[in-house]
Amino acid sequence: MNGQDILVEVQHLQQYFPAGGHGKNKRFVKAVDDVSFAIKKGETLGLVGESGCGKTTVGRTMLRLYEPTDGRIIYDGKIIFDSGKCPLKNDDGSDMTDGNGKPVLGKKTAVDMLPYRRRMQIVFQDPYASLDPRMTIGDIVGEAIDIHRSAGSKKERRDRIISLLECVGLNSEHANRYPHEFSGGQRQRVGIARALAADPQFIVCDEPVSALDVSIQAQVVNMFEDLQQEMGLTYLFIAHDLSVVKHISNRIGVMYLGKMVELADSFELIAHSVHPYTKSLISAIPVADPNTARAAKRITLQGDVPSPLNPPSGCRFRTRCPYADEICAGECPQMKEVSAGHWAACHHLDKVDY
Amino acid sequence: MKNRLPGLHLKAEDFIPATAEEKESLVIMRDSVNFWRDGLRRLKKNRVAMVSLFFILLIMVFAYVLPSFWPYTYDQQIRTSENLSPFTYGEAELERIAAGEKVFPHICGTDKLGRDFAVRLMMGARISLTVGLVCAAIVLVIGALFGAIAGFAGGWVDNIMMRFTDIIYTIPDILLIIIMAMSLKPALEQLVLHKGFLWLQKLGPNMIAIFLVFALIYWVGMARITRSQVLILKESEYVTAARALGAGSARIIRKHLLTNCIGTLTVTTTLQIPSAIFTESYLSFLGIGVQVPMPSLGSLATDAVKGMNTYPYLLLYPAILISVIILVFNLFGDGLRDAFDPKLKD
Repeated sequence: MNGQDILVEVQHLQQYFPAGGHGKNKRFVKAVDDVSFAIKKGETLGLVGESGCGKTTVGRTMLRLYEPTDGRIIYDGKIIFDSGKCPLKNDDGSDMTDGNGKPVLGKKTAVDMLPYRRRMQIVFQDPYASLDPRMTIGDIVGEAIDIHRSAGSKKERRDRIISLLECVGLNSEHANRYPHEFSGGQRQRVGIARALAADPQFIVCDEPVSALDVSIQAQVVNMFEDLQQEMGLTYLFIAHDLSVVKHISNRIGVMYLGKMVELADSFELIAHSVHPYTKSLISAIPVADPNTARAAKRITLQGDVPSPLNPPSGCRFRTRCPYADEICAGECPQMKEVSAGHWAACHHLDKVDY
Repeated sequence: MKNRLPGLHLKAEDFIPATAEEKESLVIMRDSVNFWRDGLRRLKKNRVAMVSLFFILLIMVFAYVLPSFWPYTYDQQIRTSENLSPFTYGEAELERIAAGEKVFPHICGTDKLGRDFAVRLMMGARISLTVGLVCAAIVLVIGALFGAIAGFAGGWVDNIMMRFTDIIYTIPDILLIIIMAMSLKPALEQLVLHKGFLWLQKLGPNMIAIFLVFALIYWVGMARITRSQVLILKESEYVTAARALGAGSARIIRKHLLTNCIGTLTVTTTLQIPSAIFTESYLSFLGIGVQVPMPSLGSLATDAVKGMNTYPYLLLYPAILISVIILVFNLFGDGLRDAFDPKLKD
């Protein structure tokens, strides 16, 4: 990864939510723990994982809608958040050290987000909850324009709102209506228009199609792709449906219980996944050909996802992994590059084979 | 030309693109509606609410306009016309009628001091309505702001603010009203001597004490309701979306939280009006309500209790008026909520 064309990068991102208790007994939900990745300009990074694995938290923490408990967020070469507790990185991705081998820590920073709010936007999962029922579609879309005062006159504001609505396949007539008058797919389009109104470069798509009908899903996904081509947008596309993610993403990251377990090009990940968790996920994608489907063996994982309040020691997947042994319990696996651009975190990459 | 080829039906002009005007004619535009206009349209369809509104307006005219045109005033005592039944006249008045003069009838009779009861009812309704409306407005402003700030800030700010409301809640209201009425009296009497403050005398220190006590005590309920609403709403995704767009706290409270509480706020406020009228009535019963000779519906009712067996209508009129006022405000509040809550839209 060279630093030149990277738009957003997170390093050692950590997000613990307090979950009761006081003093020493204070407990935390370890929603995201030590996640690092970078997204290049114009790229789509897919993020998959089962419910509650921290995908959404990663997306929201990147925008600092939640203040990270640790880690560093870099946007367009500028550090917008740094907890001051994690080591800086060299260009090759290794931790920077001083002469004595001690890691060099970053300077504690938390910039004012207002100028970045225009460039980083988010589209939400639930189109029914994410639109204010008291505001007209025009006002919802125009909110970014109002906040950033980016329109000189009322007419300019209105023209921009209408052009944004047209951009997502709605028309000017819809501007005076309320959200409850729309269907799920139309509402999601409004949500996208709202994000576009800020004129962003980077959009976190937080399961934007999960709440929609399959037929509408295709429309909305295609619209995301068209918008990306027209405006040169960069996406972090969060979903739990691998078949949607593989369609839209250039690269895919797989998360399990707050950790990134595998990260690779989307074709590479689907075809040559190396992590046992990814393999079981991929085997669960339905195939429309009965012959292939019968031939393929479905890998069923045993047990449930452990609680993020008290995750297992070492590798978090070890409680459900068929290859787990003492090393997995004792040591947390680091991300290793198995082939060019293909990273995985597992102690037994050599053994894994289905 | 038996077998004409299908292609020959086509004419070149069929393929000319539609002009902008032609396109425009196909677009069906619905009237632009905003939040308030849309709500009013629905309110107008609600017959119960409209009837209630009609009665509210009627009572307002009755209370605020009619006394100015009435031939009697609320503190005017007519000798020999004490304790008259409706539509009867006292001795002096009968003499004047015999002399050919026209005497306006006492529609609701007179009380034991010979005061026309109809005009006293109007003034009573005026006082009660004023207390209700002013107190509800005070409660709305203080309670909604306090609750919204506490709920939105959360954490220790919320904790401190809500413990403060708990303390306020424990203060006995009647005691506070009595103490304030006592302590305000000398101060107000001084104030009235200055130019421009004569209207204070008319209200009386007790009345001002009621307003102040409402301002100090009764906003607590409103603050709690607003806070609980805000706590739910601030976690909603559209608030997160607004924050992602860079909206500040003031904007979020104003544009998203308060507007979404409006249903609850209107209903609570309209329910505050009858409760304020009740409070004023029982204070009048205790003799610390309005200043005599100014009547209020509560003091009229309590005065009438003493002669209930002989003059039951003197109790009946204010009692009915209080009930009607409270009923129509409650019904109208319900109608408002239905109208301004798009989720319940038909």
